Amino acid sequence: MSPWNGPLEKIDDYRWRIPKSYKQGMRVPGIIYADAEMVKQIREEQGPEQVANVAFLPGIVDCSLAMPDIHWGYGFPIGGVAAMRVEDGVVSPGGVGFDINCGVRLLRTNLMQDEVSPKMKPLMDALYSSVPSGVGSKGRIRLKGGDINEVLRKGSRWAVEHGYGQAADLEHTEENGEMGGADPSKVSGRARERGAPQMGTLGSGNHFLEVALVDKIYQADTARAMGIDEVGQVMLYVHCGSRGLGHQVADDYVKEMGRAMTKYGISLPDRQLACSPVNSPEGQAYLGAMRCAANYAWANRQCIAHWVREAFCRVLGVKEADAGLELIYDVAHNIAKIEEHQVSGHKLKLCVHRKGATRAFPAGHPEVPQGYAHIGQPVLIPGDMGRLSYVLVGTEQAMKETFGSTCHGAGRVQSRSAAKRRLSGRDVLDSLQSRGITVRAGSLAGLAEEAPEAYKDVSSVVSVAHNAGISKIVARTRPIGVIKG
Amino acid sequence: MKRFELIEHTADMGLVARGHNLAEAFGNAAYGLFSIMADLDNVQEKEPLKVELREEDTETLLFEWLNYLLYIFDVEMLLLKRFDIEHFDGFALKANCYGEKYDPSRHRLKRGIKSATYYMLKVDRENNQVQVILDV
Repeated sequence: MSPWNGPLEKIDDYRWRIPKSYKQGMRVPGIIYADAEMVKQIREEQGPEQVANVAFLPGIVDCSLAMPDIHWGYGFPIGGVAAMRVEDGVVSPGGVGFDINCGVRLLRTNLMQDEVSPKMKPLMDALYSSVPSGVGSKGRIRLKGGDINEVLRKGSRWAVEHGYGQAADLEHTEENGEMGGADPSKVSGRARERGAPQMGTLGSGNHFLEVALVDKIYQADTARAMGIDEVGQVMLYVHCGSRGLGHQVADDYVKEMGRAMTKYGISLPDRQLACSPVNSPEGQAYLGAMRCAANYAWANRQCIAHWVREAFCRVLGVKEADAGLELIYDVAHNIAKIEEHQVSGHKLKLCVHRKGATRAFPAGHPEVPQGYAHIGQPVLIPGDMGRLSYVLVGTEQAMKETFGSTCHGAGRVQSRSAAKRRLSGRDVLDSLQSRGITVRAGSLAGLAEEAPEAYKDVSSVVSVAHNAGISKIVARTRPIGVIKG
Repeated sequence: MKRFELIEHTADMGLVARGHNLAEAFGNAAYGLFSIMADLDNVQEKEPLKVELREEDTETLLFEWLNYLLYIFDVEMLLLKRFDIEHFDGFALKANCYGEKYDPSRHRLKRGIKSATYYMLKVDRENNQVQVILDV
């Protein structure tokens, strides 16, 4: 793909503006969070053009935003954040993406490196066999006719009611794992058919399970409030989404909204941005279905986390109560939500799209769980599979500037084929193992495509978010075991 | 003439498919889609699948055609490799597709595809060529 040569005005060391005048039809300017080094790389592809395209969407307020992990996507850039007035703005399924409520959860443990390291092989084998993963993986749970509606309405609560995890997990999940306003009647038969056999599966691509160690603690008190106590403590990550059900919901509504655009007199530079007014039948139907898919994804991560806990305790010979396997938090990073924000001194009801972006609400916000009310919402930023991941917290600055949002991951810098040309799956496996990381992967080719070298350095991504003030670094972890679908 | 070529995309993948006519380009796009997902060498053409679609424009027909096949793969685990397009008029398509159910002992899956997207989707009627970006 060709480089992007449009105007990018430096606001300060971490903020760059695409002026509204760049393209006729932009309703607001674009703002990209990045440092000077990252900007060079961002310009190499069409991510900034996508930031400008999002600025065309009716009802968009303030700016079309891109977080520091911005990269070239389809429709919205990955790392894109945009808020539209509910009153006269739109909702766009392309602003959420095909993997609705792709997200991350982090579990803490009471165990330390020396207790877990000698058992990494059996632990990874047990995790690999307990959690179905890979292309087309089918789950251990088979949802029958009526069950799926329950999942779509109740999300994580459905899982807990069926014995997967604990009630305490719900409080530490964004939206309590159960987004209100889910309307199962807006989810198509095809979506249900795809979703029914896939509950409790990881999938493929960049989805993973990770056993990690706390590597550094930056803010001890804040970390302690989350149960992150000391360097060397073992942590567990789950990263996945709504599987075929979410993909089908997105397909259905991108198509339907594409048809409705003429009716609403909307014209856009990219059909993947297809949208409808939030308060239209199409907009409401999409939000009702999207929330169902989001709930499915939360139930999915809840079930997976349950099997992860079981496998962990079995292999390490500890009781669940002694293992301290508490859920620190679960975040969604592909989602649209109706939220209230202050814009130029006015309180506005907005439809906030986060596509490859994480909510980052500050201390004291009513959506932040009680236990974290004094520190802010935990933000989980996984890196690539060989390097570090970060735990941050949301800030007031994020509320002021980014509708309470921050980055979501490392962001790719190399295409999948380029990654494979450079390194074979075997090379990647050897290199990870030489760094003390035990790997289980469904396919070597998949492993090559997800090579650490194909990603930006997550440390530079989170340091931009931290320095810009849209979230603050609390701790970082490094992997010792990875499962890739 | 190559049936399809891959397009480099940082996060995802894309393909350009060609044919002697647009119908054949649609068939080759489907072939490209399954080639990205699996090694098709060992897949036999023994299970048939009839597909009939109608859309308001050719671009949406391409979007729907590929996404319908992804839905079939998800639900039936059917790996398809032959796509005989019986009828094609730019709005409607009838196809007889052939392949077999995924058998982990004989077939190798390479990667999952979440969806075909509208981004950079192109139907080039003059050159009987189609282009699509896939969400991987």
